Amino acid sequence: MRKVSVKIIEDKVKSLSIKVNTHLRPDVLSALKKALRLETKTLARKALNAIIKNAEIAQEKSIAICQDTGLPVVFLELGAEVYIGQNITEIIINSVAQAYRQGCLRASLQRDPILRQYKPEYKPAIVHTDIVNGGKIKISLLPKGFGSENKAQVKMFNPTSSWDEISDFIVQSVALAGASACPPYIIGIGIGGTQDFACLLAKKALLLPIDKKSNAKIAAMETNLLQRINKLKIGAMGLGGKITCLGIKILTHPTHIAGLPAAVNISCHALRSGSVVI
Amino acid sequence: MEKVIRHLTKDVIKVLKAGDFILFSGILYTARDQAHKKLLDLIKAKKPLPFDLKDKVIYYCGPTPALHGQVVGACGPTTSSRMDSFTPQLLSKGILAMIGKGQRCAEVIAAIKKYQAVYFSTYAGCGALLSQCVKSKKLICFAELGTEAVFAFEVEKFPLITAIDAQGGTIYE
Ligand code: SF4
Repeated sequence: MRKVSVKIIEDKVKSLSIKVNTHLRPDVLSALKKALRLETKTLARKALNAIIKNAEIAQEKSIAICQDTGLPVVFLELGAEVYIGQNITEIIINSVAQAYRQGCLRASLQRDPILRQYKPEYKPAIVHTDIVNGGKIKISLLPKGFGSENKAQVKMFNPTSSWDEISDFIVQSVALAGASACPPYIIGIGIGGTQDFACLLAKKALLLPIDKKSNAKIAAMETNLLQRINKLKIGAMGLGGKITCLGIKILTHPTHIAGLPAAVNISCHALRSGSVVI
Repeated sequence: MEKVIRHLTKDVIKVLKAGDFILFSGILYTARDQAHKKLLDLIKAKKPLPFDLKDKVIYYCGPTPALHGQVVGACGPTTSSRMDSFTPQLLSKGILAMIGKGQRCAEVIAAIKKYQAVYFSTYAGCGALLSQCVKSKKLICFAELGTEAVFAFEVEKFPLITAIDAQGGTIYE
């Protein structure tokens, strides 16, 4: 058994919350710089330059990269040997909310999704928990902006469906997002599991560094999708040009013999995420 | 074409073409989903509006709070299409221009033509950068909506791309 203090978890979650909202992920930043080298369309280049400049200003002045500081989504990996003595989900939700308040991030959460009668709040972050072996805690935070979350799609394919059918669906999902979800996009794909699990995988895929190679089979699918999506010519901020997508990550999971769930989670260029290990 | 516009008038709008990049200095009124809904409810109920819509530039934006010594926090645009169902009515009440991100529906494009208005997009996902253009911020109404309240932003050289012009021309294919 390893005892972990509540205070350490609180401090780590708070600084993570501020950091991910003010520091653009290095893999995304370098993909943007590469995109700028490739892009030739004037307006799209202006847009890419603005995005890079925005990241610099955000980091320097500690301002949120984007005003939509998202619905904070937390992926918690809790070591089976860890002892905290308090409810870690509550600790995380409260710490995220406190950091958001202190860091002048946005209160974007509506308590009543139907009547929407409350002033937007900082709580609650959504926490997905996996129990893992060992004595460590890993907390990953993905503040998910809703301009792009609104464009998420899921479809239940037949188990006999081909990869071509699935990839058509993915490309169409991006075409539907169009210019509205702040391209250039990073796309998370979840294939397998149940319908809800595929959605979760698609979101988790957004945590993966886009410059890290997947295994050969998956990498070939990712490259093929990337090429097809860039042919849509939506371009940075919808201004046309070569770069609609900065990266694609696919995660898979065993599924049932009768089905093939496929989910697409689109992220805007302001893909913010980070992890701490305690 | 890149120029600074201080007075956005119907005459200025008339000559803007989709794809034109301008820098705007003047006043923007923020309004997003719930503010739109409230305004439309008031219009429907024939009640007085908390501010005059005539000749206003509406910015689809819900900013983050300002850090110490700053005027406003991050303040980029939100997705415009969510405002589509409200927009023709607001145009009929005299708003001059809208700023947001992404495509608009056919009805909105038709209304923009009809009222000789304009729809701009600005640097989407660049809230920190855009915050540097805001010189003052004043609460106008709907404080109970938090970030979705209506604020007047006085902006200096705020970057705008003409996305749908008064002739219905658009940058989106
Ligand atoms: S889609 Fe992303 S970059 Fe665009 S406004 Fe939303 S959070 Fe910000």
